Amino acid sequence: MTINEIQKEIVEEFSAFEDWMDKYGYLIELGNELKDLDPKDKIDQFIIKGCQSRVWLVSDFQDGKIIFRGESDAVIVKGLVALLLRVVSNRTPQEILNNELFFIDEIGLKQHLSPTRSNGLLAMIKQIKLYAVAYNRISEKGD
Amino acid sequence: MKAELPAKKKTKVRNIQTIIVIYSIIALIMSFDINKIRQDFPILNQKIYNRPLVYFDNAATTQRPQQVIDALNRTYTEYYGNIHRAAHFLADKATLAYEDTREKARNLINAETREQIIFTKGATESINLVAFSYGETFIQEGDEIIVSEMEHHSNIVPWQLMAERKKARIVMLPIDDTGRLLVEKLDSLITDRTRIIAVTHISNVLGTINPVKLIIEKAHARGIHVLVDGAQAVPHLKIDVQELDVDFYAFSAHKMYGPNGVGVLYGKKELLNKMPPYQGGGEMISEVSFAGTTYNELPYKFEAGTPNISGVIAFGAAIDYLQNIGLETIASRENELLNYATSELLKINGLRIYGTQQEKSGVVSFNVEGIHFFDLGTMLDKFGIAVRTGHHCADPLMAHFGIQGTVRASFAFYNTMEEIDRFIDALKKVIAMF
Repeated sequence: MTINEIQKEIVEEFSAFEDWMDKYGYLIELGNELKDLDPKDKIDQFIIKGCQSRVWLVSDFQDGKIIFRGESDAVIVKGLVALLLRVVSNRTPQEILNNELFFIDEIGLKQHLSPTRSNGLLAMIKQIKLYAVAYNRISEKGD
Repeated sequence: MKAELPAKKKTKVRNIQTIIVIYSIIALIMSFDINKIRQDFPILNQKIYNRPLVYFDNAATTQRPQQVIDALNRTYTEYYGNIHRAAHFLADKATLAYEDTREKARNLINAETREQIIFTKGATESINLVAFSYGETFIQEGDEIIVSEMEHHSNIVPWQLMAERKKARIVMLPIDDTGRLLVEKLDSLITDRTRIIAVTHISNVLGTINPVKLIIEKAHARGIHVLVDGAQAVPHLKIDVQELDVDFYAFSAHKMYGPNGVGVLYGKKELLNKMPPYQGGGEMISEVSFAGTTYNELPYKFEAGTPNISGVIAFGAAIDYLQNIGLETIASRENELLNYATSELLKINGLRIYGTQQEKSGVVSFNVEGIHFFDLGTMLDKFGIAVRTGHHCADPLMAHFGIQGTVRASFAFYNTMEEIDRFIDALKKVIAMF
């Protein structure tokens, strides 16, 4: 599946929820299901500090694809991290750089990306793109 | 010499006193018409996500009554002009209204003279002004400034900036786990290099009402000045700066039902006169030439540039509003709200309240075991309940408790017991979701 197909799939999943309670209930479920990072990865080097909650983001580059792992101390944010990882992990840098992340907006959770929420999510997306730029350079050099 | 009353008469006097107290309380309650008061605040009567708004973020900023909104509107529609500078009707009228607020603010905190009321853009600017200008005159290399552990960043960072410039040192006055300031430690923390103590009157996180009068007495006995951050106190307590004998007192209009962008600095005259201006510009000068400039008198020396004219004028309406209700009524009303909320919160399993002092204002900070404060706040918002989450600009205090943040509910006189019920009910539902 392409990055956009996965995003559309998530939008579809969320359209089944009738109210925000269910929507957030699902996010909490996703957050609880997301595997915790290894404690050795939960270090300052990988932290993305928000005013409200913290997000850790770790990446590996294997066979031309970026593997992202992440976590947050707040479950709702962790749920959003889980969704993001589903979209961007195991993708080539090009795929990440050439596609817009539209699903958060479309599932009605855009408020979590507003700078006032300061939950680290916006910074996380920026960080994902930065990794993609960096790995893209590495793979171009490798060619 | 007073003659001793016989025991029987004593009891009778006491009974009469009790009756008087009860009647005054009833009279107070009767005069406080909550429905009428809530109608004064148009923003409160709305629905958020289809639920009635419950606004419990008053320690961050309060809402404004129609009277303040009208005053703002009136300024712009009837008498707006630049103050103190022109010889025309509009400017005159605006000047009078602006200076009228200065008198109201003087009266509110019982300052000696109107010259000692300096308008700033908020308590933060008031403190920055003192840290800079007082620092210039009174702080030398190696001097010490005592700052309490429970301060808002705005009463820490300005002192750090000054200390860096002057090569001075910040010394922390610690708190205990109930949120009590360890005032008894002052004696050992004060040295002959201590120049000033910066302390909040009421903690914005814990709600603790600090014994500032005692701190001031201790400081003055050793020739040390005291700045009190009154941002959380002025809207809730009757403040008398002369009785406190405080050297500097800072507060903000936006936390007391007034416009945002307006603050006050009160200072002792002899100190303010010795301090250099904080900023240069119009209004603050007496004469300017390229050879040198002489400064205007107090308070104008510290009010450079065109101030927030309409804001200050409308602030006058906020002071009137507060005084019409009465700060005693406000304090007792908020105390009832705090006590009820605290007792209901404590019934919830795994909930911990930070700040458990007896002397406490209408702020309650808490965490629920196993649930992040951001998750709680996000979900409460969906129930129409506005609380604050995070570190509340008090990182050292968070570090004291070893936490990243809390959920904070803070009350104002326009809040109701029903709102607390709605809040507790929503909180229980939210907790069940995790």
